[in-house]
Amino acid sequence: MSGQSLFQKIWDDHIVVPESADTPAVLYIDLHLTHEVTTPQAFSVLRSKGLRLRRPDLTLATLDHSTPTVPLTSLSDLDVVSEPAAAAQIRLMIENCREYDVQLLGFDSDARGIVHVIGPELGITQPGKTIVCGDSHTSTHGAFGTLAFGIGTTEVGHVMASQCLLQRRPRTLAISVDGKLGRGVTAKDIILAIIGRIGVGGGTGHVIEYRGSAIRGLDMEQRMTVCNMSIEGGARAGMIAPDDTTFQYLNNRPMAPKGADWDASVARWRKLPSDPDATFDREISLDANKLTPMVTFGTNPGMVVPIAEPVPAGTDASFRKALEYMGVAENKPMLGMPVNVVFIGSCTNSRLSDLREAADIMRGRSVAKSVRMLVVPGSEQVKRAAEAEGLHEIFRAAGAEWREAGCSMCIGMNGDLTASGELCVSTSNRNFEGRQGIGARTVLASPLTAAASAIAGRIADPRPLMAN
Amino acid sequence: MDKVTVVQSRTLVIPQSDIDTDQIIPARFLTTTTRKGLGKALFADWRYDSTGKPKPEFLLNRQEAAGCGILVAGNNFGCGSSREHAPWALLDFGIRAVISTEIADIFRGNSLKNGLVPVIVDKATHGWLVENPGAEVTIDIATCELRLPDGRSVAFPIDGFSKYCLLNGVDQLGYLLSHTDAIARFENTRPWKP
Repeated sequence: MSGQSLFQKIWDDHIVVPESADTPAVLYIDLHLTHEVTTPQAFSVLRSKGLRLRRPDLTLATLDHSTPTVPLTSLSDLDVVSEPAAAAQIRLMIENCREYDVQLLGFDSDARGIVHVIGPELGITQPGKTIVCGDSHTSTHGAFGTLAFGIGTTEVGHVMASQCLLQRRPRTLAISVDGKLGRGVTAKDIILAIIGRIGVGGGTGHVIEYRGSAIRGLDMEQRMTVCNMSIEGGARAGMIAPDDTTFQYLNNRPMAPKGADWDASVARWRKLPSDPDATFDREISLDANKLTPMVTFGTNPGMVVPIAEPVPAGTDASFRKALEYMGVAENKPMLGMPVNVVFIGSCTNSRLSDLREAADIMRGRSVAKSVRMLVVPGSEQVKRAAEAEGLHEIFRAAGAEWREAGCSMCIGMNGDLTASGELCVSTSNRNFEGRQGIGARTVLASPLTAAASAIAGRIADPRPLMAN
Repeated sequence: MDKVTVVQSRTLVIPQSDIDTDQIIPARFLTTTTRKGLGKALFADWRYDSTGKPKPEFLLNRQEAAGCGILVAGNNFGCGSSREHAPWALLDFGIRAVISTEIADIFRGNSLKNGLVPVIVDKATHGWLVENPGAEVTIDIATCELRLPDGRSVAFPIDGFSKYCLLNGVDQLGYLLSHTDAIARFENTRPWKP
């Protein structure tokens, strides 16, 4: 019998009732992350059925999606800055959490932020756990060697009521990235290249394990960027084996185990990586040495090219429609295309290292006059750390807006929008039509590429601007 | 959930591939706190112009769309976000089944839990459906068959549990809660605590 994969070990460890030909497995969930947008209807189900929330202690809530990124001095400010529906949704989340005794990291908390930024930051995202959230980018937490995936609101209700989910075992896909990344090539470029390779439906039905020397060489924030976009390749979950990099990141985090508990946890976590003879349903490999900064050219994250290479030509109707929407010409590179907006933020790229990279490019330079630039830290903690280093001053001096933590312009539902027809170079995860606002055109890129493009006023390669 | 045994209808065809949930229902409609009334937001950015007027050329606004309950869409339908508002919007509009060559995982799971039937067919069958919009087809859950107007019958996959839940209108939460004792045992006996 062959060895077990990281996925298989975590899956087996959480089986309450095994699956059969007729029934899915009952899978235990160690951590349920929640936010204001995908929970109201689930709380309503609890209420209408008279059910209690089974494990408030394994449930954590925040406000991020429909939450404004302008400063609020009190909750009543919401009525001024937010749409009435968004304000009502946020208020309902506060009430629901109070009624069901869920810890809410709300406006009064210094730990509030994007749900996938704060879990790791608090140290509650830990190797070997199962983590779910009503958000497809829950795959982010897989960077810690967790099985983490997005669920719909009905399933949010299932977890609230039972702390379990009904699941069929997915297939496994190993993606090996070996070699050394060149200067100016980031984790974002790795994952964009992977999605370009497998396509937006390539991972459907699978859990991805990212492995290889280039993945092992990434720090935790970079690993989160990679796992975050697993869903853009169709895979609900993506994971990376925990190692010393993981443990060092978690050590002394507020909600990480302490003392003897820490030692025991690390000993257990060390057993999680896939066995050398583990097998996968599919395997793919990529050469990190050959990667360059990547940018998307179409209306899904699989439509992506190296920044200086020409956009491919195609005859497929969906492909043609995407190019027309984007105002992009085939056979020409994206490099040099005029930019209206630059957004640095989102659960993909809003952590301290992302902001540092962007700030390094922007230091002493100015955002092009034609460009509006938003820099939105992923959490209150990221914001404070960045401000302690003076990063906000660099962004402001360059002419960028420095905002409060939240999902912001990644998802057009909190007031931060790109106008119709405008082109936004964005460090977020989705370039779908209208994602950043009706008619908005999105080009996904790394924080380095986004910052360089803000300065140039055109899609720009960051490498010439990088300090040696 | 209501029982779903057979869906019989003319088809609506949107052949575009990789239709994501942001197209099915844009994020700005997600500030709702109920699951009702989302049909008006279905495909909103394709369906209405900037003043909110229906675009006459978009399929859902055309006369032949009235009463159609089956959507035939391009490969990888429902990719992207986990928003369950996508199947809620389709159902509220009157769509009861979606046919494609591939349907994204989260959307597929969300659909089954709401009685929207995801039907995955081979490329040839899909090609025929795309070329014959408005065809009257029948989706039979009990036999897992899609029946075409020319008498052909095509099998589609659906796991036994989901099929049972659709046919009997079973709410999966009830089934999950029937395992409450096993869940408590698991919590009490597992070697480490989350």
